[in-house]
Amino acid sequence: MDTPLRGSRFDLRVEHSNTMPDAETNELLRGGRWGFLHSEETGSAVDGPGMRLVYWTTGCEFRCQYCHNPDTWKLKNGRLVCVDDLLQELAKYAPFLKAANGGLTVSGGEPLVQDRFVMQLMHGAKALGVHTVLDTNGFLGNKLSDEELDEIDLFLLDIKSWDPETHLRVTAKPVEPVLEFARRLAERKRPVWLRYVLVPDLTDAPDNVEGVAKFCATLGNVERVDVLPFHQLGKFKWEQLGMKYELADTPPASAEQAAAARALFRKHGLNAAD
Amino acid sequence: MSERDPLVVETVMDDQLTKAWRGFKPGSWKLGIDVRDFIVSNVTPYDGDDKFLAGATPRTTALWAKLSELFVAERERGVLDVSQIPSSITAHDAGYIDRDNEVIVGLQTEAPLKRAIFPNGGWRMVEGGLKAFNFPVEQSVKDIFTKYRKTHNEGVFDAYTEDVLKARRSHIVTGLPDAYGRGRIIGDYRRVALYGIDRLIEAKKAEKQSIDGEHSTDEIIRDREELSEQLKALTELKEMAAKYGFDISKPAATAKEAVQWLYFAYLAAVKEQNGAAMSLGRTSTFLDAYFERDLKEGTLTEAEAQEIIDDFVIKLRIVRFLRTPEYDALFSGDPTWVTESIGGIAEDGRSLVTKTSFRYLQTLYNLGPAPEPNMTVFWSPKLPAGFKQFCAKVSIDTSAVQYESDELMRPAWGDDTAIACCVSAMRVGKQMQLFGARVNLAKCMLYAINGGRDEMSGAQVMPAFEPVKGDVLDFDSVMKNFDTAMDWLARTYVNAMNVIHYMHDKYAYERIEMALHDYNPLRTMAFGIAGLSVVADSLSAIKYAKVKPVRDEKGLVVDYVTEGDFPKFGNNDDQVDQFATWLAETFMNKLRTHKTYRDALHTQSVLTITSNVVYGKNTGNTPDGRRAGEPFAPGANPMHGRDKLGFIASAMSVAKIPYEHCQDGISMTSSIVPSGLGNTRQDQVANLAGSLDGFFGTTGFHVNINVLNRDMLVDAMEHPENYPQLTIRVSGYAVNFIKLTREQQLDVINRTFHGEV
Repeated sequence: MDTPLRGSRFDLRVEHSNTMPDAETNELLRGGRWGFLHSEETGSAVDGPGMRLVYWTTGCEFRCQYCHNPDTWKLKNGRLVCVDDLLQELAKYAPFLKAANGGLTVSGGEPLVQDRFVMQLMHGAKALGVHTVLDTNGFLGNKLSDEELDEIDLFLLDIKSWDPETHLRVTAKPVEPVLEFARRLAERKRPVWLRYVLVPDLTDAPDNVEGVAKFCATLGNVERVDVLPFHQLGKFKWEQLGMKYELADTPPASAEQAAAARALFRKHGLNAAD
Repeated sequence: MSERDPLVVETVMDDQLTKAWRGFKPGSWKLGIDVRDFIVSNVTPYDGDDKFLAGATPRTTALWAKLSELFVAERERGVLDVSQIPSSITAHDAGYIDRDNEVIVGLQTEAPLKRAIFPNGGWRMVEGGLKAFNFPVEQSVKDIFTKYRKTHNEGVFDAYTEDVLKARRSHIVTGLPDAYGRGRIIGDYRRVALYGIDRLIEAKKAEKQSIDGEHSTDEIIRDREELSEQLKALTELKEMAAKYGFDISKPAATAKEAVQWLYFAYLAAVKEQNGAAMSLGRTSTFLDAYFERDLKEGTLTEAEAQEIIDDFVIKLRIVRFLRTPEYDALFSGDPTWVTESIGGIAEDGRSLVTKTSFRYLQTLYNLGPAPEPNMTVFWSPKLPAGFKQFCAKVSIDTSAVQYESDELMRPAWGDDTAIACCVSAMRVGKQMQLFGARVNLAKCMLYAINGGRDEMSGAQVMPAFEPVKGDVLDFDSVMKNFDTAMDWLARTYVNAMNVIHYMHDKYAYERIEMALHDYNPLRTMAFGIAGLSVVADSLSAIKYAKVKPVRDEKGLVVDYVTEGDFPKFGNNDDQVDQFATWLAETFMNKLRTHKTYRDALHTQSVLTITSNVVYGKNTGNTPDGRRAGEPFAPGANPMHGRDKLGFIASAMSVAKIPYEHCQDGISMTSSIVPSGLGNTRQDQVANLAGSLDGFFGTTGFHVNINVLNRDMLVDAMEHPENYPQLTIRVSGYAVNFIKLTREQQLDVINRTFHGEV
């Protein structure tokens, strides 16, 4: 398969680092100087404030039914990169990113699968004076110390579902650790943008949406809510990976459905952007 | 007391002058012709938002609707009507769209959209245009311009060398203005409003007198003759205005008069010249001084101010020239490049953004989007936030704005600089350019490999040299031959340009445009290159991968097999970006070694407009994997789909091309879907403005911004009738999408859309 090594998140990437022995991999991850990267983009406008350099890491604990990048689940689908090289790259873009009110976003996959690597990136970005964003599902939040939380400028936190059963069905993981992390961020007064993926007939039940809204309204640190309407652009990846795609027949969320969900967030005093 | 003393000038000012200049702050502009000084002395910078703007009045809407009907008929026929009277400033009677309902008056001929002929440039273009659109050729006019009066076109071909003809035939040089007006000269049309014709005639006479003492050399004789022609043109301009019932011998006294005087001056230019680009200059902030004064005096409302600008812009939108379909196919529809430069920062650090800067952009809402006038914002991170936001909003809604770096142009050319055509900067009234054509450097590289032979026809175009040998292309051998090939091309190109501009001055001199310049302005000779990213990627392939040439039975390399990957331009990777910068610098330095006509300063642009499609069509397979006939990337853009890392990396590769070697401009086009700019409209506006701050903060020179959905473009191809005003930007110019050829439309659609999800 012709898979470009660098660039767009929309390209399928598999098995770039498959030959590496597990022991070696674990050793590398503990150190944090090396990590596995799925893709990157300079100039994303939808992954935090302003124009951003985004690194998508590989490895994820969740198995979200609507995932549009299922090739990011396996750690070794990514290519092995050194944090020094990424920071060198970031330094080249830093003036542009600052001028464009943006910065660095680390997304995934789930970045906290490679928490040491991610923190070295965040640390290096800070040293360059670049604004940092972590896009996370929060499930592995305990891997970060309080001091480390304070070092990150903004969290994009995904809560996939309020209803625990639905959460388990959507992600194959329980919701409680996610909520626990959200409360911890609130205690430390770390700014959060909540992201809620709206999937028709899966996560769009008003009670479910409102549950997330009520919870977030109590936190006091949720600056903004982005309702992300489900789309089918990742479908080809499921097909090419030979994986069963439960949502093959699910329609994209309509503008009306998204507006209705936003209204529920606003009802509870949250800033749902549109 | 000297006779230049301001006090003396004040005392001899007549009543009309006192009235016209009331309330303006004095400065050196009162002593001599100095519009820049008038602007910096009288500018009222505006740092607010767009809330003050007024919508279209019913009158404006009705007038535009009336024209829109004519546009439909024009589109069906190609050309609505033609006047066979050879055009000049005074050749045609007054014309109106709807006499009682026009705020600003004046048409090129006696009816709207009725095109004039300009035989001085060349009879062939006139006859070709007439025949293509089924208009009869008037024999008496043909006789004059084929028997009695020589044209620019004829003169050029009398003096072309065999090399130039070969280069022209093989398409390695394309778009030489040897059959029509060269354009890219901006008269300082503001002078007519500020000073009135009489004062300008006085100043021009003084200039002519100042060289009376000089010995009559070729140069001095030519200067004297040109100055006399300029004087005649000024008198004719006054006559033309009189046909519309206006006396413009004295300065304009109100905003409406200022716009009308200025427009008459511009109108004279487009009555006299069928220039490739007939740009307007930098008029909005100049005119704003008049609008501010009238508003302050209570003689004008905001709605009336906007109505004047709207009506002016309507006139600029209907400038027409009779050209051949081949010309239009090369340059996207029906271009006139009525470029207006807006915004920027003054040398003293103040913003030059005024309310009238906003009013110009507002016409894109009041009249709907359109390619003309070519709205060009001089961007600086220092511009006021309100204006940045408004520009971004207009871009998102209309895709009809281009942006150029005020930060690069101001130090080079000063703060009264305007863009001619797409990216060519010049000090208004103090500088002009001798424009022409582009060379196809990708083709030149193929010639280098083939020892000067054409890869498509096999013809020996350049003097023969040893082709590159071997089964795998050797980088050093290719570079050595490339150097030889570029030497020949640069020499041939300068030769062609010198001939063209010699003849243009002789047979089709821009009398009124030059009358609105200072005597002996700075002349640049503006060369152009195409195929930058094809060459950069090809050299990268040859250096970093393995490129095997495929030769036909005559030994001509007609294809390439490339093994292995290689870095590609547009990913902010110096390994390949260095080839792009090297190419621009190297070819420029070769041009500089050849003497130019009138000792013009050599400049160069990386700009194609839509001609990237035609260049591609005429170029064989290239080592980067591009197939024969496939379009080049427009301007300085990376090749389609090869910029993998997103907008910033792509833009930063382009921003590396050195302005010092491309002082005629470096063009980049960026297309993006709205959702790619952010999740909300507010985000989209802020992020576009932020991106422009980022790009122009890091040596970017120019960017076209298209904010479009691909689906909409596809639909517009199939149902053009539903998209009469759909405007997109391509390398320095905005075009009406439905007027593009199908190939150009596909090229636009296939090009990278950043942020497509």
